[in-house]
Amino acid sequence: MSAFLTYLLNGLAVGCAIALIASGLVVIHRVTGVVNFAQGTFAVVAGLCVSSLLGLGIPHGVSELAAVTVAAFAGLLAGVAAIGRRGTTPLSSLIVTLGVGVLAYAVEIVLWGDQPRSAPGLAGSVTLAGARVQTQHLLVIGVTAATFVLLALFFGRTYLGKALTACASNPYAARVVGIDVRRMGLLAFALGGLLGGLAGVLVTPLRPISFDTDVTLIVNGFAAAVFGALTRPVVTLAGALLLGVAETMAAGYGYGSHQLEVALGLMIVVMIVQASRRSTLSQEVT
Amino acid sequence: MIDVQDLVVSYGTATALEHVTLTVAEGEMVALLGPNGAGKSTLAGALAGLLEPASGTVRVRGRLALIPEGRQLFPDLSVADNLALGGWRSGRRDPALVYDLLPRLAELAGRKAGVLSGGEQQMVAFGRAMMSEPDALVVDELSLGLAPNVTADLAAHLAELNRSRGLTVLLIEQNARLAFDLCDRAYVLESGRLVTEGPCAELAGDPRVASAYLGGAIS
Repeated sequence: MSAFLTYLLNGLAVGCAIALIASGLVVIHRVTGVVNFAQGTFAVVAGLCVSSLLGLGIPHGVSELAAVTVAAFAGLLAGVAAIGRRGTTPLSSLIVTLGVGVLAYAVEIVLWGDQPRSAPGLAGSVTLAGARVQTQHLLVIGVTAATFVLLALFFGRTYLGKALTACASNPYAARVVGIDVRRMGLLAFALGGLLGGLAGVLVTPLRPISFDTDVTLIVNGFAAAVFGALTRPVVTLAGALLLGVAETMAAGYGYGSHQLEVALGLMIVVMIVQASRRSTLSQEVT
Repeated sequence: MIDVQDLVVSYGTATALEHVTLTVAEGEMVALLGPNGAGKSTLAGALAGLLEPASGTVRVRGRLALIPEGRQLFPDLSVADNLALGGWRSGRRDPALVYDLLPRLAELAGRKAGVLSGGEQQMVAFGRAMMSEPDALVVDELSLGLAPNVTADLAAHLAELNRSRGLTVLLIEQNARLAFDLCDRAYVLESGRLVTEGPCAELAGDPRVASAYLGGAIS
């Protein structure tokens, strides 16, 4: 029983990290209509940065903050590449984000090499109802919960957040009232970079990160985002938690090498279900 | 106030507006008539700065707001948020000014814009445009899809704003009767070209205009 609880809590922490990646995908897709396949790259950049900065003796807090800022800047750059040119279709932008991801590989290998890097996180563990949980896992869960609350407040309560929602809701109308939709798209990309970076600095102490870790991250993040139809943050969070728990359980009970397949399998099932539901809906309409 | 000279707007190889010249003086209410596909909304888009002219000039003194065809609200946001975003250019966030003008909007403030009736949505679009504190207002198809009494109500508000605040108005309409009631002058646009212009009283007597836009009879 205690093993089950340990897997559950660890799984929730993994799910939270996935949720942060996925929420970045959702924010960018909602505002710009672009599926950003460079989303995992932001986490890798932040993870590699934080390992270097801590290695240089820069204190915790400052290092993480700097790494997340670098990721947000990387997000902005990816945005400039993907939607900077007027009239780029979302599909072309998607291809550009794939290109950005590959380009990032080269930059990361030059700067950090191709070996996995780790970073120290919160040391120690606590016992909850008989289950031992690493403190870093609890930190991941806490930071993710706070981030989702802040995101909801930002989009629901602030003028800038509402302007971003307006761009998602009706881009033409947003232009009519004078909102620069492209600039809002770049802001969304920077926010996506920040969320990805947050995931990166939280995950790096748990599992070493290398230039190509973005593939695992994006597959998981995309699976969760698809669960929320790439537009609904709360459903995305639920999908990410489910995915995190499923993967950790699979690993815990002896199927460790099949974690990614669990994510892919779940993603395919969700896509098939959603596609069939959509076609049923359109049949009802016609 | 609004000065359009020799304007050409193209979509790829198709020309939507060909050498259009049109002026609206400060405090004037002018109508632009024309059938579907004449290029009326293209002109509205060019005036609002949403479309780049291929050649010619568009000059607007002061701030111009557009009530676009089909309302174009933010359906997922509340009426209050729709109005607040209308103040993006002016920096005005508080819709109180618009509630004074259109008290019905205060009652609808918390409702999502997407669930409102056509008339209510047009009122929100009207209020949203007023939030930018415009000097000139371009109204693209005020009456489209609305009941006559709703249109009359909105038209009365428009006329009142023109009288009391000197708001310059370009009314883009297919409903010529409404346009002639409200405006002093009108332009007629067909297939991207201005075909005639003049005082509304004269145009109403023009047999071609009467047959095309007033069902052949002059009331």
